[in-house]
Amino acid sequence: MSLKRPAKEQPENFEFSSSSLDIANKVIAKYPKGKQQSAVMDLLYIAQRQNDNWIPLAAMKYIAKILDMPYIKVYEVATFYSMYNLSPVGKYFVQVCTTTPCMIRGANKLVEACKEKISENESELSPNKICSWMEVECLGACVNAPMMQINDEYYEDLNKEKTLEILETILKGNTPKAGSYRGRVNNEPENNRKTLMEFKNAQG
Amino acid sequence: MLKDKDRIFQNLYNDLGSDIISAQKRDDWIYTKEIISKGRDWIINEVKESQLRGRGGAGFPTGLKWSFAPKEVGSRPHYLVINGDESEPGTCKDRDILRFEPHKLIEGCLIASYAVQAHVCYIYIRGEYFVDGQKLQAAIDDAYAKKLIGKNASGTGWDLDIYIHYGAGAYICGEETALLESIEGNKGQPRLKPPFPALVGLYGCPTIINNVETIAVVPTILRRGGKWFASLGREKNTGTKIFCISGNVNSPCNVEEEMNIPLKELIEVHAGGVVGGWDNLQAVIPGGSSMPLIPKEKCETLTMDFDSLVAEKSGLGTAGVVVINKDQDIIKCMARIARFYKHESCGQCTPCREGSGWMWRMLERMAKGEASKDEIEMLGDVTKQIEGHTICAFGEGSSWPVQGLLRHFKDEIKKRNKFDPIVKENKNIPYLVDQHLLDKNA
Repeated sequence: MSLKRPAKEQPENFEFSSSSLDIANKVIAKYPKGKQQSAVMDLLYIAQRQNDNWIPLAAMKYIAKILDMPYIKVYEVATFYSMYNLSPVGKYFVQVCTTTPCMIRGANKLVEACKEKISENESELSPNKICSWMEVECLGACVNAPMMQINDEYYEDLNKEKTLEILETILKGNTPKAGSYRGRVNNEPENNRKTLMEFKNAQG
Repeated sequence: MLKDKDRIFQNLYNDLGSDIISAQKRDDWIYTKEIISKGRDWIINEVKESQLRGRGGAGFPTGLKWSFAPKEVGSRPHYLVINGDESEPGTCKDRDILRFEPHKLIEGCLIASYAVQAHVCYIYIRGEYFVDGQKLQAAIDDAYAKKLIGKNASGTGWDLDIYIHYGAGAYICGEETALLESIEGNKGQPRLKPPFPALVGLYGCPTIINNVETIAVVPTILRRGGKWFASLGREKNTGTKIFCISGNVNSPCNVEEEMNIPLKELIEVHAGGVVGGWDNLQAVIPGGSSMPLIPKEKCETLTMDFDSLVAEKSGLGTAGVVVINKDQDIIKCMARIARFYKHESCGQCTPCREGSGWMWRMLERMAKGEASKDEIEMLGDVTKQIEGHTICAFGEGSSWPVQGLLRHFKDEIKKRNKFDPIVKENKNIPYLVDQHLLDKNA
């Protein structure tokens, strides 16, 4: 289980913007009548996106009201799942996978890079407050190890130098290109492809 | 090697494009109406004949699972739920289906929904795959626009709505009943079974839950016939499977191959061999992190299917092959897996919540050589106390890798940990020792 603590400084109020509210209503419509509680996970995401990557307690109260469920149930969900940030993580949230398949391909080098560039400790904002990092469990891109996630995008096939480059880019406030950083195509075996060659060749 | 024409996922590396027109060129959505017009019984029988087994880890026969859905729809509607929570370390196959072969999945959803009489299908995708989920959503929108799904889907007279539900970073939601809890808007803690989801599932209604890969292969099976699928692989372990080969290999990759392929061929031919050569191989985790590792000696002749791996006291699981070479510290590798399980335990059952942390802490100490001799036996005992004493299979998933380590690398642990226990003389004082250890029959 992950240990999560809501931020000390909380905004007083929270409301969905009109575009967030539109998305929220579409989400609620996916579920049968009377089962609107199912939408709580998506609504928490919407709140997180609207509020610079983190969810204040006021947002949980607001969502509880919309979905007609007890506040504590929303709180329970928000603290159970690891992807909800309950305190500010910056505009760029870096998650480094360090589970065994990434670990044995050198994920600790990525962690070193984060410590050098962003902050000494996990979940601590960088000096310019736009970025933070943390170690996470398997992100499901094991054949592209080592890798990390920044906001929604995956950055794959990394080493320390490439990671430092990426981190420099985000610290300047720019979003780097996602995908493989060794120039390979998706999940194909690099320089060793033996299958479906007809299509690869047709593509040139 | 499997012939290219027998590969189901022709677009595994996205050479051809994942959009609907490219997908139709490789036969997706062709004869869908004809297949459905043959009726439920024909579909289920054909899937049974193909001997397709679930691709999510447990390997339960898919046709049989579908036949558990009630024959008549009563007052409660039926649901189909697709499990795309893929979080098992070493596994990244469903991601490629979501982003490169979404139409195989959507067509499979339609056929399966018809077979189990569901009008609503939820696809549960792990929250980290948001970008890939968006690609699937675009494909779903295209399918709606072309009337392939929705009202009177593909002209079959069957109505089907497909919705995506994003998870939020909890491994446990890959367990089917935890997944249902998560869709219902609760924290993902598994339910007691029985009742099984086929009778009491989502919102208390009959629900069939299948893995992404299982559903995505169904349309091809029905187009080419159950016999074709059953002719690949071997008896009860038929068809093709996407293998994810990661870790210390020269070209880690996803590849679709025939069941029962030799492990050595997977590693040497497709993944470019072990880093440092075959002799540098230490061990292989054959089916995602929860399956016990297999030492090098056995890797020479091992074939990859459900039953042959069970015979080696391991399992095919999700077919996520993690190769570990001799440059790695095997105890540290397993300690990291134990840390994963400690982090992901949902906390509902005490043996798992507490035991997963124990195993992690003991292994960390063993990796550093700080454990005493008797702790090795104690670690084995902790795994036995967890296994089989929890609501869901997470207990097995967390203790099996540790058992695998103890089975094959006990000497390595012993070599590193030579301490005598601190309270040696007082061993028989009851409060210093777990009571069940004294009882030989326990």
